[in-house]
Amino acid sequence: MLELAWLIPAAPLIGFALILLFGRVLGEPLAGWLGFGAMGVSFAATVAVFAGLVAEEHSERFFVQTLFEWVPAGNFTVNAGLLVDPLSITMCLFITGVGALIHLYSIGYMHGDPNFSKFFLYLNLFAAAMLVLVLGDNMLMTFLGWEGVGACSYFLISFWFTDPANASAGKKAFVTNRVGDFGFMLAMFLVFTQVGSIQYAEIISWAVEHFGDTAVAGTATAIVLLLLVAAAGKSAQLPLYVWLPDAMAGPTPVSALIHAATMVTSGVYLLTRMNPVLALADGWAVDAVAWVGALTALFAATVAVAQNDIKKVLAYSTVSQLGYLFLAVGVGAYVPAIFHMVTHAFFKALLFLGSGSVIHGLHDEQDMRKMGGLARFMPITSMTFIIGWLAIAGVPPFAGFWSKDEILLYAWNENKILWAIGLVTALLTAFYMTRQVILTFFGRTRFYDPTEQEIEAAFSQRLVNADAVTTQAEADLEAAHAAVEKAAGDIDKKTSAVEVAATKLNEAKEALAVVSAEDESHAKLAKALEKAEKGVPKASENLAKAQATVTDANAGVDSATEALAAAKSSYRALAATRSSLPMPDTHVTALSEAPELGDLSDDLPDSYRKRQEYSPHESPWTMTVPLVALAGAATVAGGLNLPFTKDLHFLEHWLETSLFGNEAKLAVGTSTKWGLAIVAIACAAVAIYGAFAVYLRGKMDPKVIEKVPFARAWYVDETYAKVAGGPGHKGFDLAALFDRSVIDGAVNGIATGARGVGGAFRSLQTGYVRNSALGIVIGSAGVVLWFLSRLWWS
Amino acid sequence: MLAQAVETVQTPEVPWSLLWPFLFMAIGAVILVTLTSLAPILRERSFPAFYTAAMAVGSAVSLYWIWNRVEEAGGAIMVLDGAMSIDYFTLFIAAIISVSVFFSALFLDDYLRREGLDGPEWYVLVLLSASGGLMMAAAEDLIVTFLGLEILSIAVYVLAALHLRRTESQEAGFKYFVLGALSSAFFLYGIAMIYGATGSTRLGEIASALNQTNSRGLVPVEDSSMLLAGMALLLVGFGFKISAAPFHLWTPDVYEGAPTPIVGFMASAVKVAGFAGFARVFLSSFVTVGADWRPVVGAMAILSIIIGSFLAIKQTNVKRMLAYSSISHAGFILIGLYAAGSTDPGVATLGSRSVLFYLFAYAVMVCGSFGVATLVGQRGDGAHSLTDYVGLSSRRPILAGLLVVLLFAQAGIPFTSGFWAKFGVIEAAVRDERYELAAAAMIAAVVGAYLYLKVIVSMFLTDAAEEAEVDADASDDVAVAVGADGSIALAPAATVAIIGAVVATVLWGVLPDIGGDLLRQAATTFIR
Repeated sequence: MLELAWLIPAAPLIGFALILLFGRVLGEPLAGWLGFGAMGVSFAATVAVFAGLVAEEHSERFFVQTLFEWVPAGNFTVNAGLLVDPLSITMCLFITGVGALIHLYSIGYMHGDPNFSKFFLYLNLFAAAMLVLVLGDNMLMTFLGWEGVGACSYFLISFWFTDPANASAGKKAFVTNRVGDFGFMLAMFLVFTQVGSIQYAEIISWAVEHFGDTAVAGTATAIVLLLLVAAAGKSAQLPLYVWLPDAMAGPTPVSALIHAATMVTSGVYLLTRMNPVLALADGWAVDAVAWVGALTALFAATVAVAQNDIKKVLAYSTVSQLGYLFLAVGVGAYVPAIFHMVTHAFFKALLFLGSGSVIHGLHDEQDMRKMGGLARFMPITSMTFIIGWLAIAGVPPFAGFWSKDEILLYAWNENKILWAIGLVTALLTAFYMTRQVILTFFGRTRFYDPTEQEIEAAFSQRLVNADAVTTQAEADLEAAHAAVEKAAGDIDKKTSAVEVAATKLNEAKEALAVVSAEDESHAKLAKALEKAEKGVPKASENLAKAQATVTDANAGVDSATEALAAAKSSYRALAATRSSLPMPDTHVTALSEAPELGDLSDDLPDSYRKRQEYSPHESPWTMTVPLVALAGAATVAGGLNLPFTKDLHFLEHWLETSLFGNEAKLAVGTSTKWGLAIVAIACAAVAIYGAFAVYLRGKMDPKVIEKVPFARAWYVDETYAKVAGGPGHKGFDLAALFDRSVIDGAVNGIATGARGVGGAFRSLQTGYVRNSALGIVIGSAGVVLWFLSRLWWS
Repeated sequence: MLAQAVETVQTPEVPWSLLWPFLFMAIGAVILVTLTSLAPILRERSFPAFYTAAMAVGSAVSLYWIWNRVEEAGGAIMVLDGAMSIDYFTLFIAAIISVSVFFSALFLDDYLRREGLDGPEWYVLVLLSASGGLMMAAAEDLIVTFLGLEILSIAVYVLAALHLRRTESQEAGFKYFVLGALSSAFFLYGIAMIYGATGSTRLGEIASALNQTNSRGLVPVEDSSMLLAGMALLLVGFGFKISAAPFHLWTPDVYEGAPTPIVGFMASAVKVAGFAGFARVFLSSFVTVGADWRPVVGAMAILSIIIGSFLAIKQTNVKRMLAYSSISHAGFILIGLYAAGSTDPGVATLGSRSVLFYLFAYAVMVCGSFGVATLVGQRGDGAHSLTDYVGLSSRRPILAGLLVVLLFAQAGIPFTSGFWAKFGVIEAAVRDERYELAAAAMIAAVVGAYLYLKVIVSMFLTDAAEEAEVDADASDDVAVAVGADGSIALAPAATVAIIGAVVATVLWGVLPDIGGDLLRQAATTFIR
């Protein structure tokens, strides 16, 4: 059975090759089924190897399968070999098991994606690399897997690379992991110079042999610290954790498989694999592991409390739980570390897949403020998610309780402060997970509420309308002014007309006075006079009329001015209400009432109306089956290592072969154990009750809890960005300058020099046979001369 | 009485079953020429190509049984009265030459049809030439080595000139012939001198004659100067065949002019055979006087690497470029040969191993590279200028991709067999504490990378400005694309062969130890 070990990584690798060759032809969903099948074969092979290992004697469970000599380089040969022992097979079991389920899930989740087959291509390649990582019998093989999973992780984070945010998230993961990889390489070199081999078997026997030898403790300490750097990069610990929250840009199955269950645990695996070296190193190096873990756990838990993105909560939760694992390794609790790694793989994969199902059901909505009350739409997802929540919150008898309690027990055994940090973390974990469950599945369905943007849009529409009224009033006012002007012009005209009429009358009178009555023109003039007399009152009448028009026009101006002022003030009033706009749930607690939108709802954009017609739905069976399976595992996985009697310590007994007696010895009595467990349960209960009180009953404003520093992750990212953009940038510029002028200069110099030399030599190359022959003859003469010179030389 | 005299002539026993590779190549060639003369129909339809490929496969397959026989016999079987030695080394070289013949046959098939050339004589000559190469690898007698060398060379002289419509081809063949004859003369004269100095042409007997040294550190042969001059002349002869500097001047001209598939054969099989003869003669006979000849080999190595790498950069014709790169490869292999001449068995084994691995990796990738050049050359076999490669990535993306891998391999980029080949050679030099050789090799590898990248860059060029730059570079180029209609036909046989070469290159790049046991066995052949 053990000989089947090669098949474990080979199966997904073959799957990868097949999808690479035929992926496009197979298309959806066949490519997905092929990937799933490969993982299934791998899982079956793992189970077979597991059975074979169980059948072996306890001390014989350490089996190296050498596949071929990989790097033959003089003294330094590296075999491509697989190391089968309880540790690696435990890892393989949950990697292939959870991996297969996530492949199945992805068939549903990636439905309709244009790059469907490519997704499974990467996923299978990832699985193969991950299995090489844990099965490799030397550090180089592990490093090969380490880089392989890294590469797949970057590809998959930026799987939807057309969005620049996703691409830059992948880049961030890549750059941050470089630091860790550097630590790994240095550790590997150091191991080679010290041990003369990078095979685990050799390293372990070297470390066991030198146990307690202070002469090599310094080297071992350095190795452990370098490994810590490596592990902190891959397993997202302080201060290198920043890539993991951003990695959530990838598809959710990727988050579940790579960024929760498997790849991110490889740092813990590496430290556990090297446990004899940790035992050999100075105590403070191992303490450093524990403190990095504890601080990361606490830090990430505080951040998770204030996140609103459903996946971000889980991402910080993962960072926090990984910190727990480091804490466990640091206090020598290797078995609880592996135990919690396994249970965490189950429940965190479950939670991620559940969140993926929610996101899928809500058409890519990730903001928990817009969820709520989904339990009635997605019964299976919500039930399984609740099981995952109970498991991670530490509620007995779900799996997380047992493994977390073990870690806390060992922490208490080692250092009470570490235990206290662990306990606070556990409390926060229970709190933020309860918060997440409430916000997602309980309370009012906020999915249909108008979003902030939609209300803003509606309000803006309204403002635009008010603005149009003002503009109209302004135009009216202008028209009124024009009318006044015109009327004033009329008055002038009429006044002059009156004057003209008066002049005419006078002239007529004078003319009549001069002319005698008997004159024949007298009658004519008298007629004119009569006419002029009539004209005067008429002109006066016209003038009065014009004066009335002016008065009217002035009144129009007044009213128009008034209307403009009214429009302006109403605009101002409207604009002033912007800040007090009835926003939907600016805070998650506003569960009681839908926002008072009033007549605004008429102006809401189409996206709002479209959403009203959509109903959240449960996911297809390919997605729910893995959820149910993982929920089952998350319920019962505690049975792997129940604390009640020695006989129930299955995992501890099983892993003994891989730990070489380096597991810390507990020095606490049974009553203390019970006491600690009760304290832990009490903490979980308090946290869950508190979260219910705050988020479901609204007893307290969540703002009190969700502090800005939490939400902004303690400004770590900003600080990094500032350093990298400010003083760091100058440093990079300097380095770039050095690169350009010195390094590139040297390279360009070589190229220029080479071209010059080439040109000089080329003149020898004429193509004439006689020149070639001459060359041969001269060369021969040189060679012969050398040989003959040996006669006298020696 | 005459009959009686004839009866008394001793003829050596011929163990035919050990000579299958020779029979496949030599007799196979004779049968091919006979068959195609008697039945002209067989000249059509690729029959000669597949016949030749089958001969190569047969020869390679027969090696499996022979290898087992040799293993049973403890590593070496002397045949033909001690004139030839069938040992691991012979068989390993035979395998490489068979691979090379196989590739050449596949490339030739399409090439001849495309060029409108006819006749099975191409294949007959390739097979004959390969049989000469095998003979060189196996020869335990300098006379046999010379015979092999001539059989190998004369066939290739003809092959180089066989493209009847290209005057460049005729020119190349003639040049190669004249210079080859010159070097053969040197070689033959060297044999005579060695015979004069040691009284034998058998490698074993020469070695035993040199086995003791006197108090001055010199070999107690009657006339040391004769021995030294003899070694010098042998070096010249081999140096010419493997195109090591300063005997390389013919290479660029001949490679440029000769038909491209034949260049592939010359760069792989002929060079491998030259190295095989070189290694066998110097490692079996002259290890004790290594202090005399190893410095020359080292100097030739450095000179070849430098000239090959630096001159290649100035070239604008890809075939010339590959010619210089083959000179630089020869330099790398000479570094391995230098280490193999060490008296320390560990270093010597490592050196031999690096030489053998390099020869194998190099033969495969150079065959593939010239295979691509064959296809890109188009009708008339003239489109070999760098400008002809511009935009290849968009015109023939798969072909460009394959060539990228092969060029990466030649540059020694990791995850290709070329990396491990260079690595092995440098490692051997370091183990031999010849750090200057190692350093030269590394620097040349960097410079060489520039050259290969230049080709790759032009393949991926589409930008008009860059194109103009290449045009300017190529303005003094003599090659003119004859009948280039801009489309490159992917002949199935040739494409399959190129893909095979790439797969092997990558496979041995990722897993360099496939067949490592055979390699290690072959490397111990000359360790006494």
